[in-house]
Amino acid sequence: MKMTDRSLRTPLARVRGLGSAKSGTHHFWIQRLTAVALVPLTIWFALSIASLATADLPSVQAWMKSPLSATLMLSFLLAGFWHMKLGLQVVIEDYVHSEWTKVTCLVMNNLISIFLALAATLAVLKMLLGG
Amino acid sequence: MAAGNRPLSPHLQVYRWQITMALSIVHRISGVGLALGMLLLTWWLAAAASGPEYFDMVHGIMGSVIGRVILLGFTGSLYFHLCNGIRHLCWDAGYGFELGAMRNSGILVIVATVVLTLGTFLIGYGAV
Ligand code: HEM
Repeated sequence: MKMTDRSLRTPLARVRGLGSAKSGTHHFWIQRLTAVALVPLTIWFALSIASLATADLPSVQAWMKSPLSATLMLSFLLAGFWHMKLGLQVVIEDYVHSEWTKVTCLVMNNLISIFLALAATLAVLKMLLGG
Repeated sequence: MAAGNRPLSPHLQVYRWQITMALSIVHRISGVGLALGMLLLTWWLAAAASGPEYFDMVHGIMGSVIGRVILLGFTGSLYFHLCNGIRHLCWDAGYGFELGAMRNSGILVIVATVVLTLGTFLIGYGAV
């Protein structure tokens, strides 16, 4: 760091590179990583679900018993819910400005995302492993 | 100057609507719409795991006219967000920032969304 640098940031803050949100580029990076993973997964998902649109329950369950379908479905759920949680967080931070409402929305976003991800995952596992 | 009184930029009211800004806000709307879609998917998976009676009920709702309209919206949002998301990822990698390229890729996203959505409904129901 040059002594002529007139930035008010301390050298330590500069080296850490975490910015004012204290999490640096981690959020951005995971959002892009899940987006890239979702490109092939979404194409697979849309076509699979479309082919199940008029299927009866035994066909749906038989389809989910295939380890390949179940693995891809679980991958879609993991990447999708993670990406969703990060995306909604940005939307909340953009539009909700009063501090307490914002914190409440962010906490609810986390809890609901995790709850839904668990519920969907368990449903897939139950069909994969169940009788 | 009082904090609440500062000029805002850009002035949305005086901007002429352009395809680039329309697609930008639609990306956000489709993302929030897809979150509701993930809720719907969880409901459907849970129904399939829980047994015939509940599944038939959910299946009936989703197969009804209103259900299919919602699924059409979900499918359209998914394809739009997918195609426009790929556009976003290209920008992140540094490609496609020229004005002309931005417009053209935007039009391509709209065409691809319509084609893929209708094609998927053809696979699903044999009709739209
Ligand atoms: C699984 C369903 C999906 C859900 C629920 C979802 C949800 C969201 C949400 C809520 C946002 C935030 C929007 C904003 O800040 O304006 C977002 C952003 C984004 N999504 Fe998705 N998304 C999904 C699938 C995908 C797919 C398949 C891609 C493929 C490339 C993708 C790429 C992106 C990108 C690149 C952004 C960042 C846009 C920006 O920087 O403004 N998403 N998504």
